[in-house]
Amino acid sequence: MIPAAFDYKRAGSAEEAIALIGQHGDEAKFLAGGHSLIPLMKLRLAQPTVLVDIGRVKDLSYVKDAGNHIAIGALTRHMDVEKSPVLKQHVPLLAHAASHVGDAQVRHRGTIGGSIAHADPASDLPATTLALGATYVVQGPNGKREIAAKDFYRGFLESALAPDEMLVEIKVPKMNGAGWSFQKFNRRAQDWAIVGVAAWRNNGTSGVALVNMGSTPVLAAAVSAALSSGASVADAANRAADDAEPQSDLNASVEYRTHLAKVLVRRALEEASK
Amino acid sequence: MKVSITINGTVQSHDVEPRTLLVHYIREHAHLTGTNIGCDTSSCGACTVHLDGEAVKSCTILAAQADGGSVTTIEGLSKNGEMHPMQKAFMENHGLQCGYCTPGMVMAAIGLLNENPKPTDEEVRLGLEGNLCRCTGYHNIVKSVLAAAKK
Ligand SMILES: Cc1cc2nc3c(=O)[nH]c(=O)nc-3n(C[C@H](O)[C@H](O)[C@H](O)COP(=O)(O)OP(=O)(O)OC[C@H]3O[C@@H](n4cnc5c(N)ncnc54)[C@H](O)[C@@H]3O)c2cc1C
Repeated sequence: MIPAAFDYKRAGSAEEAIALIGQHGDEAKFLAGGHSLIPLMKLRLAQPTVLVDIGRVKDLSYVKDAGNHIAIGALTRHMDVEKSPVLKQHVPLLAHAASHVGDAQVRHRGTIGGSIAHADPASDLPATTLALGATYVVQGPNGKREIAAKDFYRGFLESALAPDEMLVEIKVPKMNGAGWSFQKFNRRAQDWAIVGVAAWRNNGTSGVALVNMGSTPVLAAAVSAALSSGASVADAANRAADDAEPQSDLNASVEYRTHLAKVLVRRALEEASK
Repeated sequence: MKVSITINGTVQSHDVEPRTLLVHYIREHAHLTGTNIGCDTSSCGACTVHLDGEAVKSCTILAAQADGGSVTTIEGLSKNGEMHPMQKAFMENHGLQCGYCTPGMVMAAIGLLNENPKPTDEEVRLGLEGNLCRCTGYHNIVKSVLAAAKK
């Protein structure tokens, strides 16, 4: 299987990439790791006529300690997120979640920015950065703006990114020793989660987000509200699906997904409470 | 477009369409057919090669993305007619049955040991989760990789 024909442009910088996308309009797409886009193009589910390769914009591949938060360049690959000593120390939940993305070969190519920009509710890093209260820095022809993760996801594979905007950085607050857990339920190795949970807890505050429980990654706000008003882990976990609108597919019915979400949130909160 | 990739130490320059996948570049332009195409949907790992030292699925990378890079395929492993220790370990431990997944499996296994030279059984299984063996010969594959790690 090969993709439909397209023109290939290579960008050396974010500015150049944004200008190229601007010139080519709606039919153009950024190519980062290509590990979501190329499979879609092979199946003809995506047929961009121009690809702007941002994979060589190496100055957007970094993990930096920026005081209260860690700044991650959008082109940082999953493997580098997983192995980063800075993230292991300050945002261990994200480093760990990255180690669950696909398989080693996928993690050598796929990027955190591509994963977030793709806005797949079944992907691990959109939900994880949502649970962590991350902010995404996006750049367009008129400069940069910041979008909170909770305002970013608009629908299935739809985000607040304008077509000529590029995600350039992910800012993730430090976890300051919070307990955390990442639960991924799937049936085959390397697969996407049937349901997943990213969660952290610290002195009465918490963040819980769900993978594959709706058309976007879902912030389980009802769980955090229950916890902060003193509910037990078991009672809070029962609210797991309150904010979700799960759909049924080959792997799971709505009822099964709802059940899984409650079980996995309970497990996650138990692990995060240790 | 013109693409140049160093494959097994030899620079290969070819004029290809931008949509050419790395695996097709390797098989059809460089005429190295040791790298197999299995599922074609990025799942099975049969097409695994090393790009700049790391295991990748060559069916999910454009040749254009690898332009200027360095690729090692299964044909590039032996030195002076001697098989690579991983290849020998697969042979000695019956790590292959039909052999279709083997080139990708061997490349992924070498990549795994480069990153984790002394893996546990569990780490080998996790590290090779991107490679499927439809003969289900996993037990001996893991044995082979653990044997190679001891050498
Ligand atoms: C076999 C396999 C298994 C996988 N398993 C998992 C899994 O278990 N969990 C999981 O979370 N993911 C999984 N993935 C997806 C993988 O994580 C992708 O790498 C990731 O979703 C997309 O990142 P990319 O860099 O490859 O993006 P690309 O495929 O290059 O791009 C994806 C989309 O985002 C756009 N884009 C990319 N970068 C930017 C940017 N900086 N700014 C604006 N737009 C941008 C592109 O135009 C495109 O529309 C799997 C993929 C494969 C092939």
